[in-house]
Amino acid sequence: MLREYVADLHIHTCLSPCGDLDMSPRDIVRTARSRGIDMIAICDHNTAENIEAVMRAARGHELAVLPGMEVTSQEEVHILALFENLADALTLQSVIYAHLPGENDEEAFGLQVVVNEFSEVLSFNRKLLIGATDLSISAVVAAIHRFGGLAVAAHIDREGFGIIGQIGFIPKDLQLDALEISPRMTVEEARKKFEVYSDYTFISSSDAHFIEHIGQSTTRFMLTEPSLGEIKKALRREDGRMIIAPVDKSTEM
Amino acid sequence: MIKLQDLIEKLNLEVKSAKDHLDKEVTGGYASDLLSDVMANSKPGNIWITLQIHANIVAVASLKELAGIILVNGRAPEEDTIRKAEEEKVPILVSKLPAFELIGRLYQLGIAGMT
Repeated sequence: MLREYVADLHIHTCLSPCGDLDMSPRDIVRTARSRGIDMIAICDHNTAENIEAVMRAARGHELAVLPGMEVTSQEEVHILALFENLADALTLQSVIYAHLPGENDEEAFGLQVVVNEFSEVLSFNRKLLIGATDLSISAVVAAIHRFGGLAVAAHIDREGFGIIGQIGFIPKDLQLDALEISPRMTVEEARKKFEVYSDYTFISSSDAHFIEHIGQSTTRFMLTEPSLGEIKKALRREDGRMIIAPVDKSTEM
Repeated sequence: MIKLQDLIEKLNLEVKSAKDHLDKEVTGGYASDLLSDVMANSKPGNIWITLQIHANIVAVASLKELAGIILVNGRAPEEDTIRKAEEEKVPILVSKLPAFELIGRLYQLGIAGMT
Protein backbone atom coordinates (compact mmCIF):
# COMPACT_ATOMS: atom_id res chain seq x y z
CA MET A 1 0.00 0.00 0.00
CA LEU A 2 1.23 3.47 -0.81
CA ARG A 3 2.08 5.71 2.10
CA GLU A 4 4.20 8.74 2.82
CA TYR A 5 7.89 8.39 3.62
CA VAL A 6 10.02 11.33 4.70
CA ALA A 7 13.51 11.01 3.27
CA ASP A 8 16.78 12.84 3.81
CA LEU A 9 18.93 11.33 1.09
CA HIS A 10 22.16 13.21 1.66
CA ILE A 11 23.82 12.77 5.05
CA HIS A 12 27.55 12.67 5.81
CA THR A 13 29.27 10.81 8.62
CA CYS A 14 32.46 11.45 10.58
CA LEU A 15 34.30 9.76 7.68
CA SER A 16 33.91 12.83 5.49
CA PRO A 17 36.82 15.14 6.34
CA CYS A 18 34.44 18.07 6.63
CA GLY A 19 31.89 15.98 8.56
CA ASP A 20 31.63 16.67 12.27
CA LEU A 21 33.12 14.00 14.53
CA ASP A 22 29.73 13.78 16.25
CA MET A 23 28.25 12.37 13.04
CA SER A 24 28.39 8.84 14.40
CA PRO A 25 26.07 6.04 13.26
CA ARG A 26 24.05 5.91 16.48
CA ASP A 27 23.55 9.66 16.70
CA ILE A 28 22.64 9.91 13.03
CA VAL A 29 20.01 7.17 13.43
CA ARG A 30 18.67 8.59 16.68
CA THR A 31 18.43 12.13 15.34
CA ALA A 32 16.82 11.08 12.07
CA ARG A 33 14.16 9.10 13.94
CA SER A 34 13.49 11.88 16.42
CA ARG A 35 12.85 14.23 13.51
CA GLY A 36 10.30 11.93 11.91
CA ILE A 37 12.52 10.78 9.07
CA ASP A 38 11.73 7.34 7.63
CA MET A 39 14.59 7.00 5.23
CA ILE A 40 18.14 8.32 4.94
CA ALA A 41 21.02 7.85 2.54
CA ILE A 42 24.61 7.95 3.73
CA CYS A 43 26.64 9.91 1.20
CA ASP A 44 30.21 10.55 2.31
CA HIS A 45 32.70 12.17 -0.03
CA ASN A 46 34.14 9.53 -2.38
CA THR A 47 33.83 6.67 0.10
CA ALA A 48 31.36 4.06 1.32
CA GLU A 49 33.26 2.78 4.35
CA ASN A 50 30.90 4.00 7.08
CA ILE A 51 27.64 2.92 5.47
CA GLU A 52 27.54 -0.57 6.94
CA ALA A 53 27.94 0.81 10.47
CA VAL A 54 24.94 3.12 9.99
CA MET A 55 22.87 0.28 8.51
CA ARG A 56 23.72 -1.87 11.53
CA ALA A 57 22.98 0.98 13.94
CA ALA A 58 19.55 1.36 12.33
CA ARG A 59 18.55 -2.26 12.97
CA GLY A 60 15.50 -2.37 15.19
CA HIS A 61 14.65 1.23 14.34
CA GLU A 62 11.98 2.31 11.90
CA LEU A 63 14.59 3.81 9.64
CA ALA A 64 15.64 2.65 6.18
CA VAL A 65 19.27 3.38 5.33
CA LEU A 66 20.27 3.54 1.68
CA PRO A 67 23.93 3.17 0.77
CA GLY A 68 25.18 6.17 -1.16
CA MET A 69 28.19 8.29 -2.00
CA GLU A 70 28.89 11.88 -2.95
CA VAL A 71 31.34 11.55 -5.80
CA THR A 72 33.58 14.44 -6.90
CA SER A 73 34.09 14.52 -10.65
CA GLN A 74 37.12 15.84 -12.49
CA GLU A 75 35.23 19.12 -12.95
CA GLU A 76 34.80 19.26 -9.15
CA VAL A 77 31.09 18.68 -9.49
CA HIS A 78 29.38 16.67 -6.73
CA ILE A 79 27.19 13.79 -7.91
CA LEU A 80 25.18 11.71 -5.45
CA ALA A 81 25.03 7.97 -5.99
CA LEU A 82 22.16 6.09 -4.32
CA PHE A 83 22.07 2.29 -4.17
CA GLU A 84 19.85 -0.49 -2.89
CA ASN A 85 22.67 -2.75 -1.72
CA LEU A 86 25.84 -2.05 0.18
CA ALA A 87 27.77 -4.32 -2.21
CA ASP A 88 26.93 -2.02 -5.13
CA ALA A 89 28.15 1.04 -3.22
CA LEU A 90 31.37 -0.81 -2.38
CA THR A 91 31.84 -1.72 -6.04
CA LEU A 92 31.53 1.95 -6.94
CA GLN A 93 33.98 2.74 -4.14
CA SER A 94 36.62 0.48 -5.68
CA VAL A 95 36.27 2.35 -8.99
CA ILE A 96 36.38 5.74 -7.25
CA TYR A 97 39.41 4.81 -5.14
CA ALA A 98 41.28 3.80 -8.30
CA HIS A 99 40.61 7.28 -9.70
CA LEU A 100 41.16 9.36 -6.57
CA PRO A 101 44.76 10.55 -6.16
CA GLY A 102 46.40 11.93 -3.05
CA GLU A 103 46.60 11.43 0.68
CA ASN A 104 44.58 13.28 3.32
CA ASP A 105 46.19 16.02 5.36
CA GLU A 106 44.26 15.89 8.63
CA GLU A 107 45.48 19.31 9.73
CA ALA A 108 44.17 20.97 6.59
CA PHE A 109 41.03 18.99 5.82
CA GLY A 110 40.02 17.12 8.97
CA LEU A 111 39.93 13.58 10.32
CA GLN A 112 38.42 10.74 8.29
CA VAL A 113 37.14 8.31 10.89
CA VAL A 114 35.93 4.81 10.04
CA VAL A 115 33.65 3.58 12.84
CA ASN A 116 31.48 0.62 13.77
CA GLU A 117 27.79 0.65 14.69
CA PHE A 118 28.70 1.39 18.33
CA SER A 119 30.49 4.54 17.18
CA GLU A 120 33.86 3.04 18.11
CA VAL A 121 36.81 4.07 15.96
CA LEU A 122 38.07 1.32 13.67
CA SER A 123 40.61 3.25 11.62
CA PHE A 124 41.44 6.49 9.87
CA ASN A 125 40.99 6.61 6.13
CA ARG A 126 44.17 7.90 4.48
CA LYS A 127 42.82 8.79 1.05
CA LEU A 128 42.29 12.40 -0.02
CA LEU A 129 38.50 12.12 0.18
CA ILE A 130 38.05 15.91 -0.16
CA GLY A 131 39.83 15.74 -3.53
CA ALA A 132 38.52 15.22 -7.02
CA THR A 133 38.54 11.99 -9.01
CA ASP A 134 39.94 12.06 -12.53
CA LEU A 135 36.57 10.87 -13.87
CA SER A 136 34.42 13.23 -15.93
CA ILE A 137 30.83 13.89 -14.79
CA SER A 138 29.50 11.62 -17.51
CA ALA A 139 31.92 8.85 -16.50
CA VAL A 140 30.77 9.18 -12.88
CA VAL A 141 27.09 8.99 -13.87
CA ALA A 142 27.80 6.00 -16.15
CA ALA A 143 29.62 4.17 -13.35
CA ILE A 144 26.74 4.78 -10.91
CA HIS A 145 24.24 3.42 -13.42
CA ARG A 146 26.46 0.47 -14.29
CA PHE A 147 26.20 -0.69 -10.68
CA GLY A 148 22.45 -0.17 -10.51
CA GLY A 149 22.41 3.17 -8.72
CA LEU A 150 20.61 6.48 -9.15
CA ALA A 151 22.68 9.54 -10.07
CA VAL A 152 21.60 12.89 -8.62
CA ALA A 153 23.31 16.23 -9.22
CA ALA A 154 24.00 17.44 -5.68
CA HIS A 155 23.03 20.89 -4.34
CA ILE A 156 22.62 22.52 -7.76
CA ASP A 157 21.86 25.82 -6.01
CA ARG A 158 25.36 25.87 -4.51
CA GLU A 159 27.97 27.70 -6.48
CA GLY A 160 30.88 25.64 -5.16
CA PHE A 161 30.75 21.99 -6.31
CA GLY A 162 27.25 22.31 -7.75
CA ILE A 163 27.01 21.36 -11.42
CA ILE A 164 25.71 24.74 -12.59
CA GLY A 165 28.24 26.68 -10.51
CA GLN A 166 31.15 24.58 -11.77
CA ILE A 167 30.39 24.16 -15.45
CA GLY A 168 27.66 26.70 -16.03
CA PHE A 169 24.85 24.40 -17.17
CA ILE A 170 23.55 20.84 -17.09
CA PRO A 171 24.68 19.00 -20.24
CA LYS A 172 21.66 17.68 -22.14
CA ASP A 173 23.11 14.22 -22.67
CA LEU A 174 23.89 13.66 -18.99
CA GLN A 175 21.61 10.88 -17.69
CA LEU A 176 20.77 12.36 -14.28
CA ASP A 177 17.90 10.82 -12.33
CA ALA A 178 17.17 13.97 -10.30
CA LEU A 179 18.52 17.33 -9.20
CA GLU A 180 19.07 18.03 -5.52
CA ILE A 181 18.37 21.37 -3.82
CA SER A 182 20.20 22.23 -0.60
CA PRO A 183 18.54 23.80 2.46
CA ARG A 184 19.77 27.19 1.19
CA MET A 185 16.69 27.37 -0.99
CA THR A 186 13.21 25.88 -1.16
CA VAL A 187 12.28 23.66 -4.08
CA GLU A 188 9.72 26.28 -5.11
CA GLU A 189 12.43 28.93 -5.28
CA ALA A 190 14.70 26.52 -7.12
CA ARG A 191 12.03 25.73 -9.68
CA LYS A 192 11.81 29.42 -10.49
CA LYS A 193 15.53 29.98 -10.54
CA PHE A 194 16.23 26.86 -12.60
CA GLU A 195 13.11 27.00 -14.75
CA VAL A 196 15.08 25.85 -17.77
CA TYR A 197 15.59 22.50 -15.99
CA SER A 198 11.93 21.98 -15.12
CA ASP A 199 11.90 18.61 -16.93
CA TYR A 200 14.05 17.16 -14.16
CA THR A 201 12.72 15.82 -10.89
CA PHE A 202 13.83 17.92 -7.92
CA ILE A 203 14.55 16.50 -4.48
CA SER A 204 15.68 18.37 -1.39
CA SER A 205 17.97 17.07 1.31
CA SER A 206 20.04 18.39 4.17
CA ASP A 207 23.61 17.57 3.07
CA ALA A 208 24.11 17.40 6.82
CA HIS A 209 27.71 17.53 8.05
CA PHE A 210 26.55 18.26 11.60
CA ILE A 211 23.96 16.43 13.71
CA GLU A 212 21.75 19.49 14.07
CA HIS A 213 21.39 19.79 10.31
CA ILE A 214 19.87 16.33 9.77
CA GLY A 215 16.40 16.76 8.30
CA GLN A 216 16.86 20.49 7.66
CA SER A 217 15.51 19.75 4.21
CA THR A 218 13.73 16.53 3.28
CA THR A 219 11.81 15.00 0.42
CA ARG A 220 8.41 13.40 1.03
CA PHE A 221 7.79 10.36 -1.15
CA MET A 222 4.65 8.32 -1.78
CA LEU A 223 5.94 4.73 -1.89
CA THR A 224 4.93 1.18 -0.94
CA GLU A 225 8.22 0.63 0.87
CA PRO A 226 11.38 2.64 1.56
CA SER A 227 13.57 1.13 -1.16
CA LEU A 228 15.68 2.39 -4.02
CA GLY A 229 13.39 0.75 -6.59
CA GLU A 230 10.43 2.65 -5.18
CA ILE A 231 12.34 5.92 -5.18
CA LYS A 232 13.33 5.32 -8.78
CA LYS A 233 9.65 4.95 -9.66
CA ALA A 234 8.75 8.09 -7.72
CA LEU A 235 11.40 10.11 -9.53
CA ARG A 236 9.80 8.97 -12.79
CA ARG A 237 6.24 9.31 -11.44
CA GLU A 238 5.43 5.67 -12.23
CA ASP A 239 2.70 3.41 -10.78
CA GLY A 240 1.36 6.07 -8.43
CA ARG A 241 4.75 6.57 -6.79
CA MET A 242 5.54 10.24 -6.54
CA ILE A 243 7.06 13.09 -4.62
CA ILE A 244 4.70 15.02 -2.38
CA ALA A 245 5.19 18.78 -2.12
CA PRO A 246 8.72 19.17 -0.72
CA VAL A 247 9.23 20.38 2.83
CA ASP A 248 11.77 22.95 3.79
CA LYS A 249 12.20 23.01 7.55
CA SER A 250 15.05 25.53 7.55
CA THR A 251 12.76 28.34 8.62
CA GLU A 252 11.36 26.30 11.52
CA MET A 253 14.66 25.27 13.06
CA MET B 1 61.23 40.03 -3.52
CA ILE B 2 57.84 41.71 -3.58
CA LYS B 3 55.65 41.39 -0.51
CA LEU B 4 51.92 40.94 -0.13
CA GLN B 5 51.65 44.42 1.37
CA ASP B 6 53.16 45.94 -1.78
CA LEU B 7 50.62 44.16 -3.97
CA ILE B 8 47.78 45.42 -1.83
CA GLU B 9 48.93 49.03 -2.25
CA LYS B 10 49.85 48.84 -5.93
CA LEU B 11 46.75 46.94 -7.04
CA ASN B 12 44.29 48.49 -4.62
CA LEU B 13 43.26 45.15 -3.07
CA GLU B 14 40.78 44.86 -0.25
CA VAL B 15 42.01 42.78 2.69
CA LYS B 16 39.37 40.35 3.98
CA SER B 17 41.36 38.27 6.47
CA ALA B 18 44.66 37.83 8.30
CA LYS B 19 45.43 41.55 8.37
CA ASP B 20 48.49 40.95 10.56
CA HIS B 21 50.08 38.54 8.11
CA LEU B 22 50.70 40.72 5.08
CA ASP B 23 54.48 40.94 5.24
CA LYS B 24 54.89 37.63 3.40
CA GLU B 25 57.13 37.44 0.36
CA VAL B 26 55.43 36.35 -2.84
CA THR B 27 57.46 33.72 -4.72
CA GLY B 28 55.26 33.64 -7.80
CA GLY B 29 51.68 33.29 -8.90
CA TYR B 30 49.22 30.55 -9.77
CA ALA B 31 45.78 31.00 -11.32
CA SER B 32 43.13 28.28 -11.33
CA ASP B 33 39.58 27.65 -10.18
CA LEU B 34 40.00 23.91 -9.81
CA LEU B 35 41.18 23.13 -6.29
CA SER B 36 42.71 19.82 -7.29
CA ASP B 37 44.81 21.65 -9.89
CA VAL B 38 46.00 24.19 -7.32
CA MET B 39 46.90 21.38 -4.93
CA ALA B 40 48.90 19.66 -7.64
CA ASN B 41 50.66 22.63 -9.22
CA SER B 42 50.95 25.66 -6.96
CA LYS B 43 54.21 26.33 -5.08
CA PRO B 44 54.80 27.53 -1.50
CA GLY B 45 54.75 31.31 -1.30
CA ASN B 46 52.65 31.68 -4.46
CA ILE B 47 49.81 34.15 -4.65
CA TRP B 48 46.71 32.27 -5.86
CA ILE B 49 44.22 33.97 -8.17
CA THR B 50 40.74 32.45 -8.21
CA LEU B 51 37.04 33.21 -8.26
CA GLN B 52 36.17 30.41 -5.81
CA ILE B 53 34.85 31.80 -2.53
CA HIS B 54 34.02 28.69 -0.45
CA ALA B 55 35.96 27.66 2.65
CA ASN B 56 37.93 24.89 0.97
CA ILE B 57 40.15 27.49 -0.69
CA VAL B 58 41.57 28.27 2.75
CA ALA B 59 42.41 24.62 3.39
CA VAL B 60 44.21 24.40 0.05
CA ALA B 61 46.12 27.66 0.59
CA SER B 62 47.12 26.56 4.07
CA LEU B 63 48.17 23.08 2.95
CA LYS B 64 50.27 24.44 0.10
CA GLU B 65 51.66 27.28 2.25
CA LEU B 66 50.59 29.89 -0.28
CA ALA B 67 51.28 33.56 0.46
CA GLY B 68 47.63 34.41 0.04
CA ILE B 69 44.57 34.32 -2.18
CA ILE B 70 43.30 37.06 -4.48
CA LEU B 71 39.62 36.83 -5.41
CA VAL B 72 38.81 38.47 -8.71
CA ASN B 73 35.79 40.39 -10.00
CA GLY B 74 35.18 41.89 -6.56
CA ARG B 75 33.85 38.58 -5.28
CA ALA B 76 32.91 38.38 -1.61
CA PRO B 77 34.22 35.37 0.34
CA GLU B 78 31.62 33.39 2.30
CA GLU B 79 31.51 34.04 6.07
CA ASP B 80 32.82 30.58 6.80
CA THR B 81 35.72 31.22 4.44
CA ILE B 82 36.73 34.38 6.29
CA ARG B 83 36.43 32.64 9.65
CA LYS B 84 38.68 29.77 8.54
CA ALA B 85 41.11 32.20 6.91
CA GLU B 86 41.46 34.08 10.20
CA GLU B 87 42.09 30.79 12.03
CA GLU B 88 44.63 29.60 9.47
CA LYS B 89 46.13 33.09 9.03
CA VAL B 90 45.60 32.98 5.27
CA PRO B 91 45.28 36.48 3.78
CA ILE B 92 42.32 36.78 1.43
CA LEU B 93 42.48 39.83 -0.83
CA VAL B 94 39.84 41.02 -3.24
CA SER B 95 40.41 42.78 -6.55
CA LYS B 96 37.68 44.47 -8.55
CA LEU B 97 39.48 43.44 -11.74
CA PRO B 98 38.71 40.33 -13.78
CA ALA B 99 41.34 37.57 -13.63
CA PHE B 100 42.99 38.30 -16.98
CA GLU B 101 43.51 41.95 -16.15
CA LEU B 102 44.70 41.31 -12.62
CA ILE B 103 47.19 38.63 -13.63
CA GLY B 104 48.58 40.93 -16.33
CA ARG B 105 49.23 43.60 -13.74
CA LEU B 106 50.78 41.12 -11.31
CA TYR B 107 53.11 40.04 -14.11
CA GLN B 108 54.07 43.66 -14.75
CA LEU B 109 54.99 43.94 -11.07
CA GLY B 110 57.47 41.11 -11.56
CA ILE B 111 55.41 38.17 -10.33
CA ALA B 112 55.83 35.19 -12.63
CA GLY B 113 54.07 31.86 -12.86
CA MET B 114 57.23 29.92 -13.65
CA THR B 115 60.71 30.50 -12.34
